[in-house]
Order: sequence, then structure tokens, then C-alpha cells
Amino acid sequence: MKREAPKSLADYSPLFFPGLMLIVFFVVPFSTMIAVSFFQRDPSGFYTPDFVFDNYARFLSLFFAKVLGFSLMLAVMVAICCVVIAFPFTYLLTKRPRKVQTIWLVCLLSVLSLSEVIIGFAWSTLFSRTAGITNLFVAIGLMKEPVALLPSFWAVLTGMVYQALPYTILVLYPALVRLDPTLLEAARTLGASPVRAFMNVVVPALRNTIVATLIMVFVFALGSYLLPQILGRPSHWTLSVLITDQAIYQSNMPFAAAMAVFLVLMSLALVGLTLLVGRRENAL
Amino acid sequence: MKQTFLRRLYFAAVALFLAAPLIVVAGVSVNEKQDLAFPPKGFSLAWYAQIFADPEWRKALIASLSLAVTAAALAVAIALPLAWFLWRRIAPWANVFQILGLAPFILPPVITALGMLTFWATTGFYGQPWTAVISHAIFFVTLPLVTLSLGFASIDRSLVEAAATMGADDRTVLKTVVLPLIRPYLVSGYAFAFVLSLNEYIVAYMTIGFTMETLPIKIFNALRYGYTPTMASVSVFFVAVAALVFGLIARFGDIRRLLGAMSSES
Repeated sequence: MKREAPKSLADYSPLFFPGLMLIVFFVVPFSTMIAVSFFQRDPSGFYTPDFVFDNYARFLSLFFAKVLGFSLMLAVMVAICCVVIAFPFTYLLTKRPRKVQTIWLVCLLSVLSLSEVIIGFAWSTLFSRTAGITNLFVAIGLMKEPVALLPSFWAVLTGMVYQALPYTILVLYPALVRLDPTLLEAARTLGASPVRAFMNVVVPALRNTIVATLIMVFVFALGSYLLPQILGRPSHWTLSVLITDQAIYQSNMPFAAAMAVFLVLMSLALVGLTLLVGRRENAL
Repeated sequence: MKQTFLRRLYFAAVALFLAAPLIVVAGVSVNEKQDLAFPPKGFSLAWYAQIFADPEWRKALIASLSLAVTAAALAVAIALPLAWFLWRRIAPWANVFQILGLAPFILPPVITALGMLTFWATTGFYGQPWTAVISHAIFFVTLPLVTLSLGFASIDRSLVEAAATMGADDRTVLKTVVLPLIRPYLVSGYAFAFVLSLNEYIVAYMTIGFTMETLPIKIFNALRYGYTPTMASVSVFFVAVAALVFGLIARFGDIRRLLGAMSSES
């Protein structure tokens, strides 16, 4: 049975249900959201249909610029931290026996699937005064008495790196596990130390993968909405938090929708960039 | 020698970073009294019993489990025919549906959540329990779609051709050859969607957050009013469920292949 083009309507029938579901429950909601971003806010209920740019005009405020700037800065820092930690780690992991790799992958998936609520709660416990890590520092004599390490910017950053690290490793894993081992053998035969071979051969060979991973993790980090609330102060709120806040607590759906549209466009542009980078890599 | 030591140190540091918050949570979950203390004062498993004994937590547990079981099933029901069609037929434009299936997962989750909120609010179904099932199924359809596409790609087409030459029609081939071959991928796709749905917060919150509580919503709501050790025991329970499910996938399937290693031989 060769792969062939569909001839009759019946050949298309497997597509009906998935197509219908995806159009009705993804394309339509998505379009509704875009439409709502042009609507007028109705303080008494949700919104009234209209076609205004007011919601987008609000982007021009200093407050929004601050939140946007902070979100981007935070996501960039998370992406850099994660790739710096994850790249050498993933590389070394792919050199381990299969059994070791499998165990690590199971653990990484388990952490990755954890709810942001749980990650936030766990880190807020670890950073707390009564049950936190500073008790350990006191016990070994590094500190006089335990302190709370949150809310703070570093707590937010740590929590988000924790959330994104397993994701980063799993994004890097396929590229590194498929890396041609002869590349490295050649470098070693020519006398390079393992570290040197890694820096001068593996890293340049996967330059595009690294760029693509940085962008993927950046987009992933942009989506974090609970950790800044649990571990940070209101000044550490990101665009995702602001969208949730406007939609749920300020019941300003049109403004929330406008910000969401903005976030989509930014993410799509970045994902498009990743695909472009990836294509160039494959062409090599 | 020195390099092996450095590598072990590096692996240990990453392991410690990943495990530290979970160890502390596991520690505080066995406190005898209602304190947030680590190392724990006394030892008690009462907070684990609380998940099932306390009516509020039990309600949230049941809500979460029923949501995850049904949403994952619906996600697979959407992904299976789509992945099969894309494998069986040459129809480039049908790839649009594949992109639609991947999009919700790649975009920041708050976007899908807000889209669902506006949609259910506009259609007037906002707050109905089943709206969360559909929303989660769409949100997580990516996972079975990816595993099933991998599964179909791994099928040796000559097997299918042999069956067809012997006179099997499409339906028979599907039932007797294709489905048995992709069953592991089907199961892992379901499992991935199940675990993630169980843990998901924002989409559930924006669709049914004001009418019912899933476990993550319940934990977050409780967190705002202060600390109860049940949060810690529920968190440990979640980690255990995830580790169990992925451990089973690894035991009976090839998790390295699912995550992108080219073949089981490499």
C-alpha cells in the first residue's frame, strides 16, 4: 500500500474529526481573541463589540514598557543560564550508557511535567526562613540566623531556570545524541584534550542548534506566569502575569487580548527565526 | 581520572539542583504538626491521608483525575486519525492541521488560556466542566500527535504493502498491522497528555477556575491563604505519579527514541 493522494471524499474522512475540533476549538477561539482585542471594555461585564485601537494604544505607556522590558530581560537571562548549564551536561549525558541516559530522561520528564504551582511552592519553601536553605547555612556556620530569600529577583530567576532547565536539556538532546562521533574522534586523534575538542569542535558544529535552543527557551520562559507571582514582588511581574491579571482580576478582556496578540506575534516571529536557523543547519 | 571526577561532580550538581526543592517539600510533608519546618519535627503520614480524607482535597483530586483521563483520551482521538492520514496520504495542505496541532503547545500557555476564556465566555458555556476537557485536549494534542507521527514513521512500509498484496483492505491493514505497531506510541502519547493535564494550571483556571478546583488550582488558592502541609504531600504525590508514568514508558517503550535519539540501536 503506497502513499497516495486522496481521490474521493471518503479518503478525506479521517481528517473530519481532527480538522473540525482544531478549527472550532483552536482557530475560532484564537480569532475571537484577536477580535476582542479591538473591542471596547465594558466595566459592568466583559466587553462590547467595536473596532478601536485603544487597547493597543495603551502599549505606549511607561508602565507597559517597563513590564515588557523586564519580561524580555528575564527571559534572556533564563535562556542564557539554561543553555550554559544544559549544553555541556546534555553532551556528557549522551556519552553515558543507555541505561543511565534513560534514568536521567525519566527524572527530567518528571520535573518538566511538574505544575508551575508546585515548582513555585517548592522553591518558596526552600527559600523560606523556617524550612529554607539558610537553616543549612546556619548549621554549618556560614550564617548567624536563617533569613527568607524571597520575594526577590533572584528567587524568580532561580525558579524559572529550574522550570526551563529540563526543557532545555530535552530540546538539546536529539541534536547532541545524533552528533557524528567521528568529529570528536578526529579532534582527539590530532591531540586535542577533551575540553578543547568540546569547545573547538562540538560547540561550533552545533552553533545553530545553540541559537535555536536559546530562542526556544526564551519563548518558553516568556510563558511563565505563576513563578513571578509566587517568588517575586509586583515589580517582577511579567507580560504573562499582566495578561492573566487584566483578564481575571481587572476584567479588562480587550486589553488582555491585545497584550496576548502582541505576545503571539513576538513568539511567532522568534519561532519562525528558529525554523530558519534550523533549515540552514539541515542544508549544510 | 580527574575528568571522571569533574563529570561526576557536574552531574551531581545538576541532580542536586533538580532534587533540592523536592527533597525539602518531601521533608515538610511529614511534619507532625502544621509547621513549615525542615528538617521535619516528628514524623507523620497524616498529610498524605488528608489528600483522600479531606472532602475538599478529595474533590479536587477527583476533578483533576477525571479531567486528565478524559482530556488525554480526547487528545489521542484527535491526534490518531490526523497522524494516520498524514502518513497514509500525500496531501501537502493537510499539514496545516499538523501546524494547528503543534501551535498551542509552542505558544506561551497564557495565550491558549485567554483564547479559551474569550471563546467560552462568548458562546455562553463559561464555567462548565466539559469546557476544560476540550480546552486541555486541544492544548495537549501536540503530545500524542508527535509520538504518533514518530510511531507511523517507524513502520516499515513493506509490511503494509505485503498485507495489501495479500488482499487486506485499508481497514484490515489498519486493524491488524498498523495499530498493533503503533500501540506503544499511542500509549505514551496518552500518558504524556495525562500527566501534563494533571499538572496544568492556567488553562484550567481560566476555563473552570471559578466553578471548580483541580489540584493545581486548589494548591494555588490554598497558597494565598497561607501554608498547609497537605500542599506538600500533594506535590510529592504529583512527582510520584509523573515518575511512575514516565518510568513505565521507559520500562516498556524506548524513551530515548521518543525524545529524539534516531534509533534504538544508536
